[in-house]
Amino acid sequence: MAALDGTPWVDDDEHEVRPYALTGGRTRPTNEMSLSSLLKARATAPEGYLSPEAAHCLALCRGEARSVAEVAATLGQPVQVAKILLSDLLDAGALIMAMPTRTADPKDPNLLEAVLEGLRTYVV
Amino acid sequence: MRGYEPMSSDDPIALKIVVGGGFGVGKTTMIGSVSEIKPLSTEETLTSASSGTGTDRLEGIENKSTTTVALDFGRITLQKQNMVLLLFGTPGQQRFWFTWDDLSLGAIGAVVLADTRRLLDCFAAVEYFESRDVPFVVAVNEFDADDAYRYSSEEVREALELKADVPVLLCDARDPASAKHVLVSLVSYAHAVSLRRARERAVQAPPAAPPLQHSSDLGATS
Ligand SMILES: Nc1nc2c(ncn2[C@@H]2O[C@H](COP(=O)(O)OP(=O)(O)O)[C@@H](O)[C@H]2O)c(=O)[nH]1
Ligand SMILES: [Mg+2]
Repeated sequence: MAALDGTPWVDDDEHEVRPYALTGGRTRPTNEMSLSSLLKARATAPEGYLSPEAAHCLALCRGEARSVAEVAATLGQPVQVAKILLSDLLDAGALIMAMPTRTADPKDPNLLEAVLEGLRTYVV
Repeated sequence: MRGYEPMSSDDPIALKIVVGGGFGVGKTTMIGSVSEIKPLSTEETLTSASSGTGTDRLEGIENKSTTTVALDFGRITLQKQNMVLLLFGTPGQQRFWFTWDDLSLGAIGAVVLADTRRLLDCFAAVEYFESRDVPFVVAVNEFDADDAYRYSSEEVREALELKADVPVLLCDARDPASAKHVLVSLVSYAHAVSLRRARERAVQAPPAAPPLQHSSDLGATS
């Protein structure tokens, strides 16, 4: 299959997907989540064994909710691998997905006004 | 207009901003200079099998034709608003457009970074965000403020065939204040666009009376 500009998608073998050893060969998470889904650790520690990577994911989401993208990037793992690890932690009851009571409609003028106000006072 | 007063007990809202543009234009640099964490990078695995169909782009990952796309990541927490802005930097080649679909879905908007020495490198990004109706600004990263390649923002607008309302600004991706100014300009523009859309919707909403009249006429003749 070719890309829009006519070049093939895969131009070298280096970019073949690496073995999903960390996920026991699984390639899909059991829970649906996006790059910007936020997850937070539950107060109680999960029972049973956690792999070092799973424990790392959990630690990252302790205190403040963290996005799937940030967990993946901090772990140095592809997004899909992080999604599977996080999904397992959700299933184990160790993590919960953040559920804002407000909707995140990025075309809502009120929301954008609040973002603007926050960004203007953000100290870089 | 105070629909988003902070509430201490609820979870934060995550919002996305995309930074696009050609290779080496300063995307990673810009994200690093505004992010509250050091810029991180991850990779998204993509498959040719899902590239044409659209819905779940990660389905069929066991398929052999996979490729990875690097993604820069940065974060800005807006404490008082209980929001977190997620910044995503993504390569600007056409073959990565399907990553942009995932990224730009639900995004506030995009910064298209441009380098005047290779101005047309960002044309694909401009075209993309225009076609997907994603609000964007063009930020010209001035690598060397007094070099011979300097363009005025009007010249940039003309070369990229930008609509009159799309903001064009000069920036220094290495300077946090400058990078923040670019984001403020983007959100300000996205806000203006959202207000204009809301007004247009209000004007277009048809009055309800005539159709009722019409249906009773039909009832009488049948
Ligand atoms: N002189 C100068 N160098 C810059 C500027 N912005 C980025 N760079 C450098 O240009 C190179 C490419 O920048 P990078 O952020 O990696 O580009 P990306 O490919 O778009 O992510 C890096 O070596 C940066 O240090 C700038 O405003 N001025
Ligand atoms: Mg980069």
